[in-house]
Amino acid sequence: MQPTQNVLIPEVIQQIPLTYYIIISTALFVIGIIGVLTRRNAIIIFMSIELMLNAVNLLLIAFSSYRSDSSGQVFVFFIMAVAAAEVSVGLAIIVMIYRNTRSIDVGLLNKLKW
Amino acid sequence: MSEFLNQFKQLTATGYLFWVLAILALLSAVWVVTARNPIHSVLALIATFFCLSGHYILLNAQFLAAVNIIVYAGAIMVLFLFTIMFLNLRREDEESKTNLTKMAAVVVGGLLMVMLITIFRAKSAQVPTFNPVSFDSRTGLVENLGSILYSDYILPFELASVLFLVAMVGAVMLGKREAGDRHF
Repeated sequence: MQPTQNVLIPEVIQQIPLTYYIIISTALFVIGIIGVLTRRNAIIIFMSIELMLNAVNLLLIAFSSYRSDSSGQVFVFFIMAVAAAEVSVGLAIIVMIYRNTRSIDVGLLNKLKW
Repeated sequence: MSEFLNQFKQLTATGYLFWVLAILALLSAVWVVTARNPIHSVLALIATFFCLSGHYILLNAQFLAAVNIIVYAGAIMVLFLFTIMFLNLRREDEESKTNLTKMAAVVVGGLLMVMLITIFRAKSAQVPTFNPVSFDSRTGLVENLGSILYSDYILPFELASVLFLVAMVGAVMLGKREAGDRHF
């Protein structure tokens, strides 16, 4: 490893193993899953889904930076675009549910289970 | 454990910044899930996004750090906040799930996390590290990403615009008042 080349590599990549990013992303993803399972407020369930998407984004960017492969970052860009479209439609659905039931408690929609 | 502590002592300021950002991101993610007031959840989620943008800058992905703040913290969270205020959800009428359900959910999540981490830390998993010879620090810069986005990924890029059009039409259709709707 020549010192001149070493300067160009970001310090985080030199000091932090990729495994730590995997563990952080896993923790974020699991927090999102717990949020979906424990809350009944539809908007908070939606925000937990955003947390899970962001955990995946972090992992993709970490791998892409460590391996110097731009495709991962382009993929994250598309995930963000799809998340924006998903949020606009999902919030419209939540507003419509509220208009019909005066509540956004997902427990009231239990007929969707069967 | 002592190996980990030795590694921790050798970190520079950037290494400590990584840990601070990681812990802040996880704490605010927990706050998103546990907050009683939905507006606090939104604020915590914005904090999480800023911490993740900090991670992206540390990883030299400046373009995505900017896009993350503009799209997520700027556009998507404003949409969430707007919906919460529009629906006037400040009163806490959410009867929460039973403690048994909550405990079961946390146990399921914890087991999943233990399982995933065991898989990733397995000897045969072979998590790759950086290659000092072929490393390119310009991977995440706008110039590089833009040329790839407009050459290799031009078709998905164009299809994304169709997706946005469909999402816009869908949101307008869903938000429109129908004849049989209850008015309030």
